[in-house]
Amino acid sequence: MIEDIVSLGLPVDEKIVLRKNRILPECMDENTKRICIVTGTHGDELEGQLVCYEMNRILKENKGHLKGIVDIYPALNPLGIDTITRGIPGFELDMNRIFPGKKQGSMAENIALAVFEDIKGAEVCIDIHASNIFLREIPQIRISEQTAAELVPLAKLLNVDFVWVHSAATVLKSTLAHSLNTVGTKTLVAEMGVGMRITKEYGRQLCDGILSLMQHLGMWDGDVAPVREPIVSTDGRVEFVNAAMGGVFIPAIEHCMHVREGEYIGDIVNPMNGQVLVHITSPCNGLVFTLREYPVVDEGSLIARILGE
Amino acid sequence: MREINLFELKAIYRDSMRIRGYCFGEGEKTLCVVGAMRGNEVQQLYCCSLLVQCLKELEEQGKLVKGKSVLIIPCANTYSMNTGKRFWPTDNSDINRMFPGYDKGETTQRIAAGLFNTIKDYEYGIQFASFYMPGRFTPHVRIMKTGYENVEDAKKFGLPYIILRDPAPYDTTTLNYNWQIWETKAYSLYTQETGRIDKKSAVKVIDSVMRFMERNGIISHSGKSGHVSDVIPEGELLAVATAQSGIFESCVEVENQVKEGHVLARIIHPYNGSVLEEVKATGEGIVFFRHSDPMVYSGTVVFKIIPRSAFRHSKSSRVN
Repeated sequence: MIEDIVSLGLPVDEKIVLRKNRILPECMDENTKRICIVTGTHGDELEGQLVCYEMNRILKENKGHLKGIVDIYPALNPLGIDTITRGIPGFELDMNRIFPGKKQGSMAENIALAVFEDIKGAEVCIDIHASNIFLREIPQIRISEQTAAELVPLAKLLNVDFVWVHSAATVLKSTLAHSLNTVGTKTLVAEMGVGMRITKEYGRQLCDGILSLMQHLGMWDGDVAPVREPIVSTDGRVEFVNAAMGGVFIPAIEHCMHVREGEYIGDIVNPMNGQVLVHITSPCNGLVFTLREYPVVDEGSLIARILGE
Repeated sequence: MREINLFELKAIYRDSMRIRGYCFGEGEKTLCVVGAMRGNEVQQLYCCSLLVQCLKELEEQGKLVKGKSVLIIPCANTYSMNTGKRFWPTDNSDINRMFPGYDKGETTQRIAAGLFNTIKDYEYGIQFASFYMPGRFTPHVRIMKTGYENVEDAKKFGLPYIILRDPAPYDTTTLNYNWQIWETKAYSLYTQETGRIDKKSAVKVIDSVMRFMERNGIISHSGKSGHVSDVIPEGELLAVATAQSGIFESCVEVENQVKEGHVLARIIHPYNGSVLEEVKATGEGIVFFRHSDPMVYSGTVVFKIIPRSAFRHSKSSRVN
């Protein structure tokens, strides 16, 4: 059942309408739990599109096994998706920095409030992001330190490779996940793949995880594939590799590879004169869970993140 | 006047991005002024260029107070300015959401760190700022309430209004907020424009900076005495939002006085010209902000009004 969450007028003969698909179980009572699958806050992050499609397909084909309410929100930022833009076109703040939103603000803040109010009260929410166009990420769940005790056990059911428990920066207090966790709606942020693309194996991996979580919550009694045991880490074990100079990055390794300290990761080169500007090596032994995808780099651009052993 | 390079970022296919500063006087780091940090902040750049001219003349006349130094940084983002982008051209990140910066981090974190390391020790910091919603403001001083804010010194600008803002989480990475945390008395000055030059409001703001410097013993200069500022908490401003979308036709300007029910703007149907909505004032007061784009979405705040009651509070706090 497709439902409108909020509808606002655009200047010339168009409305922006945010919609969700609500899938109901055959039997319900007042204790029936609700899960929200949310994506598309950043219009250039498309990995969640496959997850939404697959979850819709699986649930439609196996309706008898569904024991809870599933709300699927495939496009929180429809104008961003349509224009291949991270943010909401014409609005300069990141949509994921204005939650819980407000009534007396901009159109974007109104939309954020409607989304927040609609999801609030669910048993759990999965907010799916891709990386940006610059970086490729392995499937991971990101959790702030404050909510780790409650959320890490749920994250382990989601069939991801990595659970990153990060420090709670003040600026992140205006994300959808933080705002929902603050009001008691357990929200997990999934991050995977690369911007503007769909990585099929990652999407299907996360769908298996969502079904496993739903089974754990008593919302699904169908078959569930075995889930992998993720590495759980805090900030302290993550090493960042940034470009020491601007140029063109040519990787020497594959994403999701284990490297040794001092191992060759790639070069930053100058195509104008054939010079290697920076020869990049790994600062530690570990797993390259983030790797640069977009070749052109400025000084400081992120090249890799390595989870130290 | 000395011109210095504060920061340089090299690139393979472009000239380096340099942040240049203009230094006046010698001695204590007394005042730093930062202009454009976003590529469309042309008015903010222009204000700095006027200020550099004023200080150069004062220096030549021997009117800078000995033992005090002033640094003006007209632009911290030439790459965006020269390519018509508001934010960093490659990853669209905002330098003014990266403070205090990180010198081993990503590009805009490094730029913020390079800038902040130079300017964090000044006693006073002024930023010519622009707002995240498109619109025109009455020129004013804006201060974030961090617990370190200094409202008394803000009155020395002699601008009509001082707006006190409770910081949102996304404000905690701005220059103004971090300046305060590092014990600089920080003020954001807003003029009427951003992407185009408005000389009248620029001159008004430069006059206010000159007053501020004179009243803080940085220069000897006699100018207009300015206003007795009203201090208004941002939360007291009346927000007026649209119910309809379409072409936005404003009927009032900033600084106009309005009464409840006064028609502030009309929303016009973009095809047939009919009036879809009359946007009306929700209370009596002075128009402080107005939307400036020719088109508007529904559910968008297009005016902010300083209500009469805010002036009463402001006066009582002045007496106290």
